[in-house]
Amino acid sequence: MAKITFDGIEVEVPDGTTILNAARQIGGSIVPPAMCYYTPLKGSGGKCRACLVRVAAGSTKDPRPMPKLVASCVTPVQDGMVVENTKSEQVLDVRKGIVEMLLINHPLDCPVCDQAGECSLQDFAFEHGVSTTRYQEERRTFEKIDIGPLIQLHMTRCILCYRCVYTADQIAKGDRVHGVLGRGDAAEIGTYIENIIDNDFSGNVIDVCPVGALTDKTFRFKQRVWFTKPVNAHRDCPKCAGNVTLWYKGKDVLRVTGRKDQYGEVKEWICNECRFDKKETTDWTIEGPAHIERSSVISANHYELPVLNQSVIADLPESTQRDLEKNPPLKLG
Amino acid sequence: MGRKLLTEHINVEGIDTFEIYRKHGGYRSVEKALKTMTPDEVVEEVKKSGLRGRGGAGFPTGMKWSFLAKPEGVPRYLVCNADESEPGTFKDRQLMSKLPHLLVEGMITSSYALGANTSYIYIRGELLYVLRILEKAIAEAYAAGFLGKNILGSGYDLDLHVHPGGGAYICGEETALLESLEGKRGNPRNKPPFPAVQGLYARPTVVNNVESIAAVPVIVNDGGEEYAKIGVGRSTGTKLFSACGHLNKPGIYEIELGLPVEEFIYSDEYCGGIWKGRDLKAVVAGGSSVPILPKELILKTAAGEPRLMSYESLSDGGFVTGTMLGSGGFIAMDETTCIVRNTWSFSRFYHHESCGQCSPCREGTGWLEKVLHRLEHGHGHMEDIDLLVSVAKQIEGNTICPLGEAAAWPVAAAVRHFRDEFEWHVTHAKEAAQPGAVYQGVLVRA
Repeated sequence: MAKITFDGIEVEVPDGTTILNAARQIGGSIVPPAMCYYTPLKGSGGKCRACLVRVAAGSTKDPRPMPKLVASCVTPVQDGMVVENTKSEQVLDVRKGIVEMLLINHPLDCPVCDQAGECSLQDFAFEHGVSTTRYQEERRTFEKIDIGPLIQLHMTRCILCYRCVYTADQIAKGDRVHGVLGRGDAAEIGTYIENIIDNDFSGNVIDVCPVGALTDKTFRFKQRVWFTKPVNAHRDCPKCAGNVTLWYKGKDVLRVTGRKDQYGEVKEWICNECRFDKKETTDWTIEGPAHIERSSVISANHYELPVLNQSVIADLPESTQRDLEKNPPLKLG
Repeated sequence: MGRKLLTEHINVEGIDTFEIYRKHGGYRSVEKALKTMTPDEVVEEVKKSGLRGRGGAGFPTGMKWSFLAKPEGVPRYLVCNADESEPGTFKDRQLMSKLPHLLVEGMITSSYALGANTSYIYIRGELLYVLRILEKAIAEAYAAGFLGKNILGSGYDLDLHVHPGGGAYICGEETALLESLEGKRGNPRNKPPFPAVQGLYARPTVVNNVESIAAVPVIVNDGGEEYAKIGVGRSTGTKLFSACGHLNKPGIYEIELGLPVEEFIYSDEYCGGIWKGRDLKAVVAGGSSVPILPKELILKTAAGEPRLMSYESLSDGGFVTGTMLGSGGFIAMDETTCIVRNTWSFSRFYHHESCGQCSPCREGTGWLEKVLHRLEHGHGHMEDIDLLVSVAKQIEGNTICPLGEAAAWPVAAAVRHFRDEFEWHVTHAKEAAQPGAVYQGVLVRA
């Protein structure tokens, strides 16, 4: 076991735990954001740099601070480590920079994006970014490729987190036909000679995608997610566990997804049959409403002021600040 | 002229063949190490020599070797990083194409010291002709019994392979190199774990530059203490510098570390001064990624001491008034060089070579390039200059591998030392973008 201090809070975790997972054990608003790390996917993490934290003391044995900020999702804890996240100006500053970098080539087409409302990049930018941009150049675009009848690839929105690549490698074993092609800011997710992703578990790439780069074609432009109601349900499926969330609008099941936890991670993968074919209530045994974080716009089917770490957000518009005073944000943790 | 340890016989006819190389004292270190020394003794000699990694970071080679994890029953690897792609650096290419057996000899001796039974030379994809030369040298070494099973009857086995990359700059980063060598996409890995613990095929691995490995035979032959006598302070031995740019005699020079920069540039023994009788404007001392320094600061440190070609002296003053020795790519620029254009050119390279794995580098390198392109082509604004500094700062230190820093440093340094020129590109936008632009009385755009 290793004892670490995270933002002044002590926590004891097994050796080899990453800093991020140690922080998640504490929970609340001190947890660093993660755009590319995904607990069930081995090898993920370290790429988006959203979760950078400052290690003020390396360990009891070697209490020197680490010279650079470290990616908390891939750095294991050491006994006696002291980590600063929201307490460090430097970290918050750098995080603003990361938001800016992730957004300079993002199309910002949230109004027409199916992911809007449950998008990690939206949350990340809203909580940690600034509301203006210094980028004047043309945004990067890609040639559209069709990757099959079920999944829509929208490469301009991609933040190259590699989650879908690991999913294809580890969930749909041996059948990976897509990957990252090209280099630098020309790198893109693609299927070689536009092979169509065809695997019973390929639909899971939709769930792991933090942005709207991979979306469900059968749900495309059907409904904004915050107008749909999530309901947990299950069925006897010969291929997967069959535990899903159904997204209702009225009596219609518009979409089926895996069940996500508070960090947007799916614990049980579901097969394509459950996801794309079973869209009748009669296909399922309903368990009850799915728990959705109160901070989410989905939570009550209407807009609600989100939970904010106010110290993080310096330059909210005045109108929002007035709203916040009237309606103090919910405190987590 | 200083002593030459590596390139003494470089111009001997037929030195790339086994017989001639052997006649000039080649493979003595293999005999000495395998017959009279234990592996640890070889490591000890390298430690004593004070040899520092010649690839750019300058980390002591002996210390790196002693960090290698040695669990029982697990193979270890030595990988030679011959993916030399830094703009301005071309020393390894010369060394390998002219003296292939020196590298092979170094690989055998070093592998013995590390207890590696399989070693790799990862060579840059564009250097295919050098790959052929090395393959021939390795075949000759196998035939002569210096490679393979039971080398020289010592019971030590070693297989040496040459592997070409696809010509990506990023594969010169040690963990990206290992990924590429494993047959994967050349993306740098997250560290820790470091290669010394989990490197090639998740086994303990040492990755060394060509020049570092080529120095090992010399150290083993003469002894580490003898080697450490050359040079100055903690910069011991000799170093190859590939001098290029506006010099009378560009080329590759082996110098004893500690040579004054002024002597290196102006002495007839070395670069022979600036071409066409012009004045020196700036120098990039160690390959394109190290900070650029103006003439006043490269010849003398901020304290007024003469600057020497050594790790310490070149980095004297930190990045405010100093630079780095880097990989030894010495780029000299005469007074007609447009610094903005030059910085843009460097930036374009890093934009093209970023692997695209982590966001600050993927997005930031492109951003820097676009802003510099705008400035250079007469569409810049005053705010763009601070924007460059700010973006460079956002990249620096926040990336997985050092390519982010390599892209950020040259831009930040150019603005630091030549801000007036950047400003002139904004205030005289039209003029600066036209051929025949004159800045401070000097033609900066032909």
